[in-house]
Amino acid sequence: MTLTKTLMATTVLTFAATSVFADGHKADSMTAVSWGGAYQKSQQRAYTEPYAAANDGLEVIWDESSAEAVAKLRAMNEAGNVTWDIVDVVAADAIRLCDEGLAMEIDADEVLAAAPDGTSASDDFGDLLVSDCFIPQIVYSTTMGYRTDLVPAGAEAPNDICDVFDLATYPGKRALEKRPINNMEWALLCDGVAKSDVYDVLATEDGQEQALAKLDTIKDSVVWWSAGADTPQLLADGEIFMGSTYNGRLFSVIEEQKQPVAIMWDAQVFDLDGWIIPTGLPEDRLARVMDFVKFATDTQRLADQAKYISYGPARASSAPLVGKHADLGIEMAPHMPTDPANAQNTFLYNYEFWADYRDDIDAKFQAWLAK
Amino acid sequence: MSDASTSNGPVLAADGTPLKRSLARSLRMQKTRALLLIAPLLVFVLITFIAPIADMLFRSVENQIVSDTLPETTIALRGWDPKGEDLPDEAVFEALFNDMQLATERKRHTSLGTRLNYEQVGISSLFRQSGRKIKDIGEVWQDQFEDLDAFWKKGENWAELLGTESWVASAKDWKKADGAQPRFQARADVAAALPQTLAAYQDFADFTQLEDNKALYKEDPWGKVYVALHADLNASADVSALTGPGADVLKAAAIAAPGFETVSYRDAFIDIHDGWAKLDNWRAIQTYAASYTPGYFLNAVDMQIGPDGAEARPENQQIYIRLFGRTLYMSLVITFACIALGYPVAWLLANLPMRTANLLMILVLLPFWTSLLVRTSAWKVMLQQQGVINDVLVWLGMVAEDGRLVMINNQTGTIIAMTHILLPFMILPMYSVMQTIPPTYLRAAKSLGATNWTAFWRVYFPQTIPGIGAGSILVFILAIGYYITPAIVGGTTGVFISDRIAYHISSSLNWGLGAALGAILLVVVLILYWAYDRIVGIDNVKLGG
Repeated sequence: MTLTKTLMATTVLTFAATSVFADGHKADSMTAVSWGGAYQKSQQRAYTEPYAAANDGLEVIWDESSAEAVAKLRAMNEAGNVTWDIVDVVAADAIRLCDEGLAMEIDADEVLAAAPDGTSASDDFGDLLVSDCFIPQIVYSTTMGYRTDLVPAGAEAPNDICDVFDLATYPGKRALEKRPINNMEWALLCDGVAKSDVYDVLATEDGQEQALAKLDTIKDSVVWWSAGADTPQLLADGEIFMGSTYNGRLFSVIEEQKQPVAIMWDAQVFDLDGWIIPTGLPEDRLARVMDFVKFATDTQRLADQAKYISYGPARASSAPLVGKHADLGIEMAPHMPTDPANAQNTFLYNYEFWADYRDDIDAKFQAWLAK
Repeated sequence: MSDASTSNGPVLAADGTPLKRSLARSLRMQKTRALLLIAPLLVFVLITFIAPIADMLFRSVENQIVSDTLPETTIALRGWDPKGEDLPDEAVFEALFNDMQLATERKRHTSLGTRLNYEQVGISSLFRQSGRKIKDIGEVWQDQFEDLDAFWKKGENWAELLGTESWVASAKDWKKADGAQPRFQARADVAAALPQTLAAYQDFADFTQLEDNKALYKEDPWGKVYVALHADLNASADVSALTGPGADVLKAAAIAAPGFETVSYRDAFIDIHDGWAKLDNWRAIQTYAASYTPGYFLNAVDMQIGPDGAEARPENQQIYIRLFGRTLYMSLVITFACIALGYPVAWLLANLPMRTANLLMILVLLPFWTSLLVRTSAWKVMLQQQGVINDVLVWLGMVAEDGRLVMINNQTGTIIAMTHILLPFMILPMYSVMQTIPPTYLRAAKSLGATNWTAFWRVYFPQTIPGIGAGSILVFILAIGYYITPAIVGGTTGVFISDRIAYHISSSLNWGLGAALGAILLVVVLILYWAYDRIVGIDNVKLGG
């Protein structure tokens, strides 16, 4: 009996204490969700470690669930118990979460820090604020890597996206992602469609057939990947001649593992990765995460992340601050997908188009694959 | 017996009650006790197993989102002929405006767009973009009122015009910290004069006070309220008798209202997004307006709801039947491979001397204790074209350098890796059954003149069938739902239906379709189990002893 009373008393006290502190009090711990691996490491070194150092006693818990973030967040929301405070997702997922009402809408100028020269956050991020809920961090690209030692004698190193479809000059297997996005665009581009017309053509049944027919010409030589680590492994083992993957993965194969691999930047597809804040956080946790996100996406912090991984900072004002790799000591700017030399011919992931057509084209793509 | 036949009454227990009843009671008590003992398990299974499965089955037909988000539109749309060439009439578009107004405030319109986009390409952006611009339609009316008098710009003025004095007094200084907000109360005379306006404002008030929890007094009303006011005034509402705050402004508006410019909702919506002029979009909304739909199940068997009921999907989108067939076929192949490989091992385990058998047992169990992912990745290293097996074969000269075998990213890879991974599930039940077969039976058979083969086939093998049955059921049911191994080594021809289920659950968020695929898989397993019971008999399955 006494135990129950004590318990009840403590509970009441705890509730009272929470409500007293709710005004402006920031939570002592924060659960961040990211992708794991080198990317999460770069976020820890550039963002959370300095932030924890500045905020004594803050505990940051990491959850490597970004790949399933959309489904998990929806499940948490349905169960009424969202345990995540900030989630790193690709822009397409951020749009989806925003549509589902699972991510909080953000007023960039109110929530995020302005650039050192006073440019407002919304101008500094510019077009990269692709959704009302999305706080961009990095620009990464999906591009081709190839084995330099397997380039046939007498042939030039591949420098055109259409070399992927040229089995005569460049025999050997290719690795492509097991989804229509990017592959369909590349196929049309190499089937004579002008870059500006790609999405108009892809919106039609005939255009989709055309893209699949082009992919059909190399289907027997393609290994389809679904995890970002696949292509680097296949390249390192010499299983494939060339394959698409994220540029940061290729950087680590080339510069850290010293494999005979090079990047072909032609027709690389830019995509964005950034934070979203789940809806329905209690006030103390919301206060904490708002404070963190302001810190972690300022000009200096975004530039810092590029010391650890070769992804371009999302703020225009961060670009000039990109320096050398923290461990390897090499200049990072030439390895950025946004570097002018690399960005001569680029695509930007068409979010609006794929939000509409993704399910439909994916059904056709998967049916084609299974044939 | 003889006692019972001599006395005519029922047999009595020691305490005088009839024996039958007393027995029944003690039996009942025993049963209750047993039930209480397993109650925790029962509750656990119910909560963690039965309930989620029921929930999943429910999701595969549930479709309330359309009628919840667009209640007026779905009702107004009932009279529209989807086979005709005409767009829905103005009343439907007006209902759509009313629904969208509320849905946009609730941020529900985009998830509805995502839902309908599974059925009709382009609806996702139709709803997203329309939600952004829905204000434009109401502003046609709103701007004219505001141009007439700045009075109409402020939420406070609206509240004082429409609310009772006592409500205004209590709502004026309400803050969130004060607790529950005083609910809106309408002035009776205004309500009588402006019925539509009040109805629209009441909707707005309910949303603001109950869902948004903002101070109603200060909130500017939605466009719909302005539209309703215009409609009231145009319907020659009698405002001449009204007094109180804003009465004069209202009277001025009543005079100006007939001269207001109006737009057709249909034109306004088509102006916002041309998707509203597409018949297919309207057909999709009408087709999926019902609260429950067979659409997900039809989709899961490569069909769809057409204008004349269920029809096959276009051939270039058919995939699920093929995958179901492949899943069943490959699971069978894997099961037979496991029997073929596991039988001799189980026999050795059961017949070797204890020490050697133990060592062998550890070898069987060792892979069992390693992470599934590690084992699968190891197979990748073994099987790939530049992998261990191919290297050895090339070194031995058995295959040429340019003729390396393709053993991964196809069905071969999936069958090899999954057979290895599921082998212990076959060996262990077979082993435990074989252990109980006395070796004397074989010796007896041979001493009666049977050859080795006859002794095995006629005497030993029939006794091991329960073990094979148990192992086969285990392996087959595990295989049919396997995900990670086929995904890693299966390429495109070796993936199972689980691959699509995972895609719809975690990537496309089409949980209804994922649930329908899962439900079909469940039913297939149950049917196979039933068939197995009819053919072999489930009593013939032994996991040991």
